[in-house]
Amino acid sequence: MNQDGMSIIVRTVTRFVYGLVLVFGFYVIMHGHLTPGGGFQGGAVVASAFALLLVAFGAAGVKGRLSKHLLQSLEEIGALAFLGLAFAGIGTAFFYNLLANSGSLFGASVALGPNAGFLNTGGLVPLMNWAVGLKVMTGIASIVIVMLVGARKEETE
Amino acid sequence: MRKATLLVAFLFVTAFLLLAATSMRPFGTPNDAAMDDYFIANAQTEVAANNVVTAVVFDYRGFDTLGEATVLFAAVIGVLALFRKLREDER
Repeated sequence: MNQDGMSIIVRTVTRFVYGLVLVFGFYVIMHGHLTPGGGFQGGAVVASAFALLLVAFGAAGVKGRLSKHLLQSLEEIGALAFLGLAFAGIGTAFFYNLLANSGSLFGASVALGPNAGFLNTGGLVPLMNWAVGLKVMTGIASIVIVMLVGARKEETE
Repeated sequence: MRKATLLVAFLFVTAFLLLAATSMRPFGTPNDAAMDDYFIANAQTEVAANNVVTAVVFDYRGFDTLGEATVLFAAVIGVLALFRKLREDER
């Protein structure tokens, strides 16, 4: 048995569940402006999928697949994208929603009152959800990776 | 003696909280609902988002979300710096 990871039961279940958790997390991010959830929550769900992978297969099992430097770069890209989107409407105000009701990307209007919603609405809100989601998922994943690797190193000594 | 002190403190805090709970406003009646009513009435026309909470978080109160993201960024940087130091010490 691989001493770094967990038992074969956990690893098999992880193979089944991992994809579902990823899809659910990306769904929560994508539908942030329509259903409960958003960038923070969906990013945390995706990061929990990474954490599951790390716990089940151990730090050695995912060594070549999840690069710490790549995660940190993606986190900075997410933060800068969020800031850039906030500055996009600086002509009117900081965090002005430039694209809402504009008719272009994510620019459709919504019907008033309770309705099922339409994905192509919300203006800058869906884009900011993606930026924040990218930032949260990579940020928490890099925290988990670094802490797990540090803990393993202490254990072996 | 120590247990008696803890008991008295516990009873005092419990009585205080119960007293505060009895004089609370009933659920769902905020002090000033003007802001809430504005968000609920105008989020769909102004932000074009059906989820009013997301409309508040990413549009009306976007600056708060920027601060929240900064807190997360600082936490990540702190953890990375802490564990990097640890590994250099081991060498």
